[in-house]
Amino acid sequence: MAGSTLTIKDLHVAIDGKEILKGVNLEVKGGEIHAIMGPNGTGKSTLSAAIMGHPKYEVTSGSITLDGQNVLEMEVDERARAGLFLAMQYPSEITGVTNADFLRSAINSRLGEGNEISLMKFIRKMDEKMEFLEMDLDMAQRYLNEGFSGGEKKRNEILQLMMLEPKIAILDEIDSGLDIDALKVVSKGVNSMRGEDFGCLIITHYQRLLNYITPDYVHVMMQGRVVKSGGPELAQRLEAEGYDWIKKELGIEDETVGQEA
Amino acid sequence: MTIETIDKGIVSSFSKEMSEPVWFEELRLKALAEFEELPMPKPDKTKIDKWNFTNFNQHTVKSEAFTSLADLPDEVKALVDAGSQNLYIQRNQTPAYLTLSDELKKQGVIFTDIFTAAREHGDLLKKYYMTQAINADEHRLTALHAALVNGGIFLYVPKNVQITEPIQAVFLHDNNEANLFNHVLVVADDNSSVTYVENYISTMETSNTLANILTEVIANTNARVQYGAVDNLAKGVTTYVNRRGVTGRDSRIEWALGLMNEGNTISENTTNLLGDGSYGDTKTVVVGRGEQIQNFTTKVVHFGKHTEGYILKHGVMKDSATSIFNGIGKIEHGASKSNAEQESRVLMLSEKARGDANPILLIDEDDVTAGHAASVGRVDPTQLYYLMSRGIPKAEAERLVIHGFLAPVVNQLPIEKVKQQLTEVIERKVR
Repeated sequence: MAGSTLTIKDLHVAIDGKEILKGVNLEVKGGEIHAIMGPNGTGKSTLSAAIMGHPKYEVTSGSITLDGQNVLEMEVDERARAGLFLAMQYPSEITGVTNADFLRSAINSRLGEGNEISLMKFIRKMDEKMEFLEMDLDMAQRYLNEGFSGGEKKRNEILQLMMLEPKIAILDEIDSGLDIDALKVVSKGVNSMRGEDFGCLIITHYQRLLNYITPDYVHVMMQGRVVKSGGPELAQRLEAEGYDWIKKELGIEDETVGQEA
Repeated sequence: MTIETIDKGIVSSFSKEMSEPVWFEELRLKALAEFEELPMPKPDKTKIDKWNFTNFNQHTVKSEAFTSLADLPDEVKALVDAGSQNLYIQRNQTPAYLTLSDELKKQGVIFTDIFTAAREHGDLLKKYYMTQAINADEHRLTALHAALVNGGIFLYVPKNVQITEPIQAVFLHDNNEANLFNHVLVVADDNSSVTYVENYISTMETSNTLANILTEVIANTNARVQYGAVDNLAKGVTTYVNRRGVTGRDSRIEWALGLMNEGNTISENTTNLLGDGSYGDTKTVVVGRGEQIQNFTTKVVHFGKHTEGYILKHGVMKDSATSIFNGIGKIEHGASKSNAEQESRVLMLSEKARGDANPILLIDEDDVTAGHAASVGRVDPTQLYYLMSRGIPKAEAERLVIHGFLAPVVNQLPIEKVKQQLTEVIERKVR
């Protein structure tokens, strides 16, 4: 079976009564890597939180479906088990729960009762993925994200991605705060997932990440909408020229949400 | 039988029945005489005048001993290792099983029930029993305890003896008439070290009885005592438990307490840092549920210079349970260069549950450092969102967060089986 399809149609999202997304349309299929770029405050992270179902974000209209299933009717954990994954910009720290226990719990909740992964198989897989991401193996026994550096947290998000093997992953500013070595490792992890069963939506400010993970499609968000889409060459032009030419082309003065053209 | 009918005659005849030395009987009778005059203890912010600490039907019950570990009830089996070398099991008031390795015997370690200790090691017991840590005439309940003590153990570690294997005691409560006046005395002499772990466990669902438990820990010069306890007495058991330690110069006492009683409970834990350079550390984990009312007072008092005291308490409250967490760091005048730190965290799982954390620092010396942190809150929705975003259902995510919240204390317990057991108890309670 070919990969899954995440379809977002005319999505409007509000937080605390204030509308942030104003009609986003997007389709991500298995085998495709999409990048969403845009300056700060244009709604990129809101999109990722709304897809995953963060309780603070209210979808006021529009739809999100995964292979035709209505994602908006699912609880957060159901979305994950349906095949969605969000690598978060600010992962939570959870005292007293080891990375390994957490991941095993997450894997088993996907497999369901009676089909749990064997401990040996789990450990082998985790060791293998941690080595691939050049992580210290001790991190398996550390409390989830507690006291992790910024770079360690991001690697840990990618470790979870590789362990959980979702159908569609959203990476929310996975590159922020990373040095070049960590960026290469994180990119290596994402690239290892590439294949027709894996679709990915990368949210980033910077073109830098896209030097290591080549996207198939690039979208620019401004004022809570996707205002321009193109291929990888769009990212390169943004890197070279910034966002002003797009604003000029579309007659946008202030790209942030709430500023209408 | 009620307390009104307990007189000198009853106490004396019990003392004679146990062949106690004269001084022990005298201590009982003196406490009995003082009992009426003494005030009740006053746990801060919990009213206990309606609680029954004094009326009960039986002073002692006779229970059968266990001839082998195979005879133990499953609840106790779950706590002990089959090959355990250093183990005491008390069934209600009856010493029911005892083993101590030959190696420790050879080194002069004493580990025996309190009555045998009074008969066979009277001088040593007399030196430490209710003389240094807790006095009989502090209040009505210490006096009642001293008059009526009906069980417990004495653990003595001689000078320079380092015990690596944990010493374990299980106090099994399986008789509905058994009231526990249990006394634990642990003495670690100069340069010795020991890890002691105890479990109080009721095997009945409810029991209309009372427990009045005193524990004294004496760590002499440069000694180290690690003290682990899991209290799991049944619903209906009204408990007063006071665990107190005294440190000599450069010694350490580290407590890891899992306070899981189902009944109304007053629990005090005090470390008096007498010796210069001594160290006290208390980690406490608590779960309250049902209609339970509990008061947990943890106190570290600094007398010696360069002393360090740490208090860490984590509690989870559900249903309509009420708990008061008093944390007291007290630095006496002259205890310069000392450091008193405490942290209390309470996690509320229901609207009706109540939990109050009261951090108190009392400082009579300038040249010291101290700090406290306290919080009462609910499960963080951002943490739940994060866990759920990996496919973990909400109930399981909550379970992980709660376990994680209690883990810093649970992980301190020195016996793996006891740790597992405590984890299971917590699991059962918070579900």
